[in-house]
Amino acid sequence: MTEPMVKAEGVHKRFGRLEVLRGISLEVGRGEVMCIIGPSGSGKSTFLRAINHLEKINRGRLWVDGSLVGYVQRGEKLHELRDAEVAKRRAEIGMVFQRFNLFPHKTALENVIEAPRLVRGVSKSQAVADATALLDRVGLSDKLASYPSQLSGGQQQRVAIARALAMKPKLMLFDEPTSALDPELVGDVLDVMRDLARDGMTMVVVTHEMGFAREVADKLVFMDGGVIVEAGDPREVLASPQHERTRLFLSKVL
Amino acid sequence: MATGPLSARQPAAEDIKAVPVRHPGRWVAAALVALIAVSIVHSMATNKNFGWSDVGHYLFDARITGGVVTTIELTLAAQAIGVVLGVLLAVMRLSPNPLVSGGSWLYVWFFRGTPVIVQLTFWYVGISALYPTINLGIPFGPQFIHINANAAISGFTAIVLALGLNEAAYMSEIVRAGIISVDEGQTEAAHSLGMTRLQTMRRIVLPQAMRVIIPPTGNETISMLKTTSLAIVAAGTELFAESQNISNANFEIIQLLIVASLWYLALTSVLYVGQYYLERYYARGSSRELPPTPWQKIRRGVFSFGHDPVALGELGAPRHESNPFMP
Repeated sequence: MTEPMVKAEGVHKRFGRLEVLRGISLEVGRGEVMCIIGPSGSGKSTFLRAINHLEKINRGRLWVDGSLVGYVQRGEKLHELRDAEVAKRRAEIGMVFQRFNLFPHKTALENVIEAPRLVRGVSKSQAVADATALLDRVGLSDKLASYPSQLSGGQQQRVAIARALAMKPKLMLFDEPTSALDPELVGDVLDVMRDLARDGMTMVVVTHEMGFAREVADKLVFMDGGVIVEAGDPREVLASPQHERTRLFLSKVL
Repeated sequence: MATGPLSARQPAAEDIKAVPVRHPGRWVAAALVALIAVSIVHSMATNKNFGWSDVGHYLFDARITGGVVTTIELTLAAQAIGVVLGVLLAVMRLSPNPLVSGGSWLYVWFFRGTPVIVQLTFWYVGISALYPTINLGIPFGPQFIHINANAAISGFTAIVLALGLNEAAYMSEIVRAGIISVDEGQTEAAHSLGMTRLQTMRRIVLPQAMRVIIPPTGNETISMLKTTSLAIVAAGTELFAESQNISNANFEIIQLLIVASLWYLALTSVLYVGQYYLERYYARGSSRELPPTPWQKIRRGVFSFGHDPVALGELGAPRHESNPFMP
């Protein structure tokens, strides 16, 4: 039996007295694409951020590729990982943000080579060659020397995807990657993600793009109020939702 | 029959040439400013009491130029201590550990809360009185190095220490403001790429914080240049002290004050230029295109006469990059 890439068991997260996640359990298999949908405030972004330990969970267990996220278990006790160890695990997980978060003081090329050089110690010539190939792959081979402020939102997001891929991650997390984009720029970003899925990348995607979910996802999860309301094959969930809450949400977004 | 407003008249197919609004108030104000400036210059040139020939005589006196060199050395050394220690204190202040951040807060509280001239005098006369020998080693344990404070802390050292430690308190607040100004998404993106906290601070946060840090730091450096004149209370040999030494002997008080002022103005002007180019360097990527430097403007004015200077593409960014209608 192969281990799933992501496994969550009863994950809880509180911000003060606000319970954002109230027992999330799911599995993402290797090479699978999971889309998470739901209204804002449903906890879907928080869960995604918990997967690479940008948020600490309060209860439950979360594994990526068989190892606990943010902790190591010795006997009965959980020990927090050191900064360097957390960083090492995060290096294997790519993340793409809603607001791109490109480094504004660096060009597109510099954005992409930064982490491989600094974290993995890749030689400059190797990093530049890899980055050039990646930026070519996302259709930006003519923008290597552009600063983020000189790029459109869609171009920035594609640089951000290339930046994450430069670390050769085994898992990619997408946090509403197209929500901050002009409608006509969404397609380019989704095309890149579709290619990535076709190449067998394991992906967890928080999105409002139902078309993308229907076409690309292997699993669709609908979250609301910090719990998973419904999960299953995207075509089935989208066509005939079993829960009233899901039906209501889909009627508003479809 | 009158035609409708839309078909009234086609606007002419040429550029608008309108009569500009006149600003008589501005002309009056400009004339006033010019009048005041001319009268000041005239009075300075004709008033014999200024003694301009003596000013010229002392401007490049060896004692004065020696003082200028000492002033520059003091400024650079003290400001360097201020910046390095200031960054350290700012990072400490942002530490989650209350003792570490509290220590930084206490430092800033103390050094901002006492006058710099008191601190300076304290380092010059107070330290060797309190600690005749300085012992370095394990606290409460064996001491390895013994230093005679009187010999080690010369006037120069005392001044550099006093000004540098004082400056660090101000710099730490400036650096902290810069760090806070960087969007949290930057830290998250760096962390998600596997960078450690230290790497994130050094490579991602601080370079961006520099945009906020540089302008007030330039201000601080200019202020430091002038504050070095307080060294006169610690037997300093910098510009102001030297000019005072000379005027104490020859009683040409005004002339030597003018000499010192001219040098201070010259030095701060140099700092202006340095700050301008530093700000430019750290503004990379923050706007679509940097404005040309004065030097670039001059070069273009000379060499590109008759062309659209911006389209020459002397700047890094190709201007029409995102315009699909450009070839």
